Formats: sequence, structure tokens, C-alpha cells
Amino acid sequence: MKFGYYPGCSLSGTAKEFDLSLKETLSVLNTNLEEISDWSCCGASSAHISSHLLAVALPARNLIIARKQGLNDLVAPCAACYNRLVTTQHELKLDEKIRVKSEEILEEKYKDGLEICNLIQLFQKIGIERIKELKKINLNDLKAACYYGCLLLRPADITHFDDKEDPSSMEEIVKAAGAKTVDWNFKTECCGASHSIPHVEIVEKLGKAILDNAIKNGADIIVTACPMCHANLDMRQKNIIKHNPEQKSIPVLYLTQLLGIAFGIEYKKLGLNRHTIDPVPLLKEKTKKFAEAAA
Amino acid sequence: MEQMRDTFLKRVIDITSQDPSSCYQCGKCSAGCPVRDFLDDPPNRIVRFVQLGLYEKALSSSSIWMCAGCLTCSSRCPKNFDLAKFMDALRQIALQDKIEPADKKVFKFHKAFMKQLKKYGRSYELGLIRDYKLLTGDFLQDIDAAPSAFMKGKISIAPHKVKEKEKIKKIINRAI
Repeated sequence: MKFGYYPGCSLSGTAKEFDLSLKETLSVLNTNLEEISDWSCCGASSAHISSHLLAVALPARNLIIARKQGLNDLVAPCAACYNRLVTTQHELKLDEKIRVKSEEILEEKYKDGLEICNLIQLFQKIGIERIKELKKINLNDLKAACYYGCLLLRPADITHFDDKEDPSSMEEIVKAAGAKTVDWNFKTECCGASHSIPHVEIVEKLGKAILDNAIKNGADIIVTACPMCHANLDMRQKNIIKHNPEQKSIPVLYLTQLLGIAFGIEYKKLGLNRHTIDPVPLLKEKTKKFAEAAA
Repeated sequence: MEQMRDTFLKRVIDITSQDPSSCYQCGKCSAGCPVRDFLDDPPNRIVRFVQLGLYEKALSSSSIWMCAGCLTCSSRCPKNFDLAKFMDALRQIALQDKIEPADKKVFKFHKAFMKQLKKYGRSYELGLIRDYKLLTGDFLQDIDAAPSAFMKGKISIAPHKVKEKEKIKKIINRAI
């Protein structure tokens, strides 16, 4: 299988381990990625505060390149980029005025028809059964809280994907990889997203509530599909612990890293050494029993 | 007064293609807003301000800048009113009319982000942090997180540039 690939700024920077683990995991699943040539930033939350037209034109440039490259399917693993790309596609289809204006400033024609998917939809397309067949390491002892965050599922009338208030598609993938999942209340709560830099206090407050609820419901790890959620829950967790001495730590993994672990890929190749809250001791402990039994 | 109310409403409708008058003030948006504790006014009150044409109250509220854009309100609104898009429109109008942002930090963050985008076509974290610190003068923030972020290769020294960066610059200049 082949998918067009829009990494977005995070996966080529702060969330490099998301990119690394995605590629490692997909190679086991025999799926190829073709990066969109000379892709540019989707504009994230900053473009749409300046101009609605800009918020559409920036992602549109990437959609046009993808079609010119002959791609039919495109994966945007970053939940924020995914959200911008599908929203843009939707607006270009329904709003002729904005399409004409975008084409004017881009000096190019837009052609619809690209199928854009997020990380979960990507694994659904590849086939969840394949994950079950290919897993090597027993993760039966590991309990994960699947964290969707806000942008992966919204706006629901555009993404048409899972239950917007109580999703379960990520749980299916995590279970296919052999780990257990917990029921918890913060699956789709916001982590504070881009307030991470201007208002750390907001991100710490929202992050603490998410971490606490995952821990309270018995999770050993949090699994996410969004680089912003990851940064806010992992990188900012150090400060949350510093400001709350009673706080227990909990590792935060990308879904692709969890799959990579199940496939028996070396931890370093999955970028597990790049997290602020080191997941390795916990992972070793949780897989020890089975490793010993196998030996 | 009536005329000003209509002009303000019309500008919001022009940007968002939706009419704030459709909101019947149930308050569901405010009940579910994750950043509610940090807002001057709950989201439904901002909608009410616009319905009543209270231009200054709406545009000088910190709420329009503190909205995290998580779309929780937009996805739960019984009238299908996209509040996040509405908040974006108010920020755009505030900027057009040169109304001083009630939350300068958020505004400066977006300004620093757009600067990287204009220069490189992609986000560049080190430049973003540098420009944000230059704009706010807050040089101490995150000083403890920085060394580990560098060590783990989370922040690269050199920016990733788009080949067509001049074109991106042109797109931005034309759209704003």
C-alpha cells in the first residue's frame, strides 16, 4: 500500500519520534509513504486568527501539490494538520467564493478528490487484523489510556469518524497490539494546545487534570496521536510534578510507538529515548514476565 | 447605534458565513469550555455582545484571544453554530481595526509564529521562541526546559526551509 505523506512542522521538529516510529511501524505493515514535495506549514492556529483566506490558502497549496504528484490518499499524522487539511478541503468544495479567491492568490487551480486520513484512519485502512497477525511482544500487562485530544475527531460533520464524545477506534488498535485499555473521562478533553508557550499555567492545569484522570482509572501509560498533546502532557509533565509534589508520573507514548513496541522494534529506533518522562523502565517491567517465560 | 450593530454583525457574517443571531443562549458552549476559568467572559456572552452590537465589549474581551480553538463548543452547539470560527472572526476584526489585544501574550505568540512562516514557509521552533521572547521580554520562561529539549534533539538549530519560500511570503502578503 502507498499513502501520500504530509509530515507537518511538528513531525519534522519537536515530534521527530512520531515520524520515526510511524515509518518503522509502517515498514512492518508493508506500507509506503511518499512525502508531498516541498510541503509548507498548514498555518496551524496562527493563520486563522489573521485571515480566513490565509487559513484556507496555506493548506490548499499542499493539497494541490499532492494531487499534482498523482496521489489519491494522503495521511496527516499530526491531529492539528489533519484538522486544517480536511476543513480546508471541505470549504473549498462547498464555498465557491473562497475557492476562487484561494486559486487567485495561489495562482493555481484546485482539484478535489484527495482522500485525507488521520493516523487512526490510516491503520483502519491498512487493516487492524494485520496488527494482530504481526505483533511479537506480549503487552498484556500494560494498561493504556487512549487520548484523542480535541482535533482528531472535530469537526465531526467533516471528519465523519468515530463517536465525537466517546470514541473507541484508538482502543481497537491498542487492543489489537495486545495491550489493555482503561475506561476514562478525558479522552477528548483539550490539553491547551498552542497556549503551551504564551500560557504555561493553562496547559499545566488542563494537563494535570488529564494525567490525574488517566492514573486514577488505572492507566500505566497515555497513548496519543497528536504532537501537541504529546508535548503538553510529556514535556510539561516535569513542571506539573515540580509544582505538585504529590503528583505521580505517567509516560506518554505515540500510538505508533506502542505498535512498534508490539512489533518488537528496538526502543531507540522508535525514539523512546526522546521523551521527558522516560517510558523505558516501565515498558521493561511490563514485558519482563513474558520475556522470561519466552526464554 | 442600530447602524453600528448591523455593520458589526454583517462583518462577522461575511467572514464566517453564519449568523450569530441564531444563538439562543443555552450556554452549552460555556459549560464545556476547557479554558472557561481563564476567560473574562464565557463564550455565550461574547455571542450575546455581538447580537447586541456591543462592538467594544466583544473585541476588548480577553476571551477572543484565550479561546484555544479546541472546537468543543462548535461540536456541541445545538444550533450548529461554529463558535471557534466566530472567535477567529472577532480576532481578525480586532486586528483590522487595531484594537489592542486584551491578552498580549497570545497575540505575540501568533505574531512570532507567522514571522517564521513568512521567512521559511514552515514553523521554526528556535526562531519562534526567540522572537516570542523578544516581543514579550520574558527571557526566563522555560529556561529550565530548554537544555533537555536541545539534548533530546527536540529543537533543531537550523530552520527547515521550503524551496518556494518566496511564494509562501507572497501568499501571506496577498491574503492578509
